[in-house]
Amino acid sequence: MRKSWWKVVTVVLLVYVITGGLLMEVPRLNILNETIRALYFHVPMWFGMIIMLVVSMVYSVKYLRSSNALYDTIALEFANVGIVFGIFGILTGMFWAQFAWGAWWSGDPKQNASAIGLLIYLAYFVLRGSLEDREQRARIAAVYNIFAFAALIPLLFILPRLTDSLHPGNGGNPGFNAYDLDNRMRRVFYTAVIGWSLLGVWIASVRVRIRRIESSLEL
Amino acid sequence: MLAQIIHLIKKEIVLEWRNRYAINGITLYLISTIFICYLGFNVKSNELDPITWNVLFWIIILFTAISVVAKSFIQEKQGLFLYYYWLHDPTSLIIARTLYNALLMVILGVVGLLVYSIVLGNPVEDIILFLINVIVASLGLSSALTMISAIAAKAKNSHTLMAILSFPVILPILLMVIKVSKNAMDGLERSNSYDELATLLAINAITGAVSYLLFPYLWRS
Repeated sequence: MRKSWWKVVTVVLLVYVITGGLLMEVPRLNILNETIRALYFHVPMWFGMIIMLVVSMVYSVKYLRSSNALYDTIALEFANVGIVFGIFGILTGMFWAQFAWGAWWSGDPKQNASAIGLLIYLAYFVLRGSLEDREQRARIAAVYNIFAFAALIPLLFILPRLTDSLHPGNGGNPGFNAYDLDNRMRRVFYTAVIGWSLLGVWIASVRVRIRRIESSLEL
Repeated sequence: MLAQIIHLIKKEIVLEWRNRYAINGITLYLISTIFICYLGFNVKSNELDPITWNVLFWIIILFTAISVVAKSFIQEKQGLFLYYYWLHDPTSLIIARTLYNALLMVILGVVGLLVYSIVLGNPVEDIILFLINVIVASLGLSSALTMISAIAAKAKNSHTLMAILSFPVILPILLMVIKVSKNAMDGLERSNSYDELATLLAINAITGAVSYLLFPYLWRS
């Protein structure tokens, strides 16, 4: 119980986010209306994805330095969870866009960039699948993971800022900071970021444990 | 280190020159692709929509780049690998390969542009900017693709893998390049393209630095 206090915290935070996010007062804005609540579910997915992918990248670096197979498993599982977050990020974004922009997919630079970002990481899994030797797979996958992360940064953080986009926070559209005055929103939002990220860590750690049991059974 | 890089580049050029079929093959590949596009669109010179002209050109260059770079690690014999491993420092090898591939891409890009303009017309107004763009793009494509081909060479069915791994990584570079070349075609003020060129160079620097750091680890197997 002492070790799992953070899991309790995760559950409490997420219960707060889901009830608070759906029920609490939000600013009334034109066009956005109630869809502003997507902020609590859509944006934390991307924060979660970036955090998971950073962790994955760090463990890939650690793997290259030490050749410890556990680090490779951790890198793999965090990338897995990161991709799941990314897919949910795209789905929640599409859901929101359907109401706010009137179409599920409107080819916005941010939509395209995130789709490409997912492709980069899906290629990571294909690469893992096509290598047989375990040690070689771990090392090459680690190299590609770091490389992919370096390619992802300009894709997600630089390119969308250079083009016009309908996405909030881009191209003169009000982003998060326009709601500065509304501190209640902020509170739920940050809780959501922490909660979803903790959930991601939780899922990844369970999956790492499953993998370890599997590999010890194989031996 | 520098001497070794220059030595390696020289070696690549000499090797390429000795069995010219590889480079001839790729030039022919480039020219026939352009010709297929020309016949496929079935238009007279300068009748192609500028956007199509631009995108088509870069897609042709992309595919040429992939087959040029795939040659550098994937088609290498396993024994040769071991031989290099004894003789050279991995970092100088990746730098030399990247620079050599970039050089090859610049040459092929210019040849491609020449043939392409003959059959499909040349709506480019600012040709110098376009050529600068070709050079920067060659550097970017070769630094990303060389590393990817080194990764893909380790796996089975490496040609498919090469395409899967490289397309998403290449895309940001390609988008920037297409934008700059559109600016060059429209003859916009140079200052309009500085942002994109700077971003391109930054992306090149990132991919270059990452492959410089990571290649030694790949090399060990």
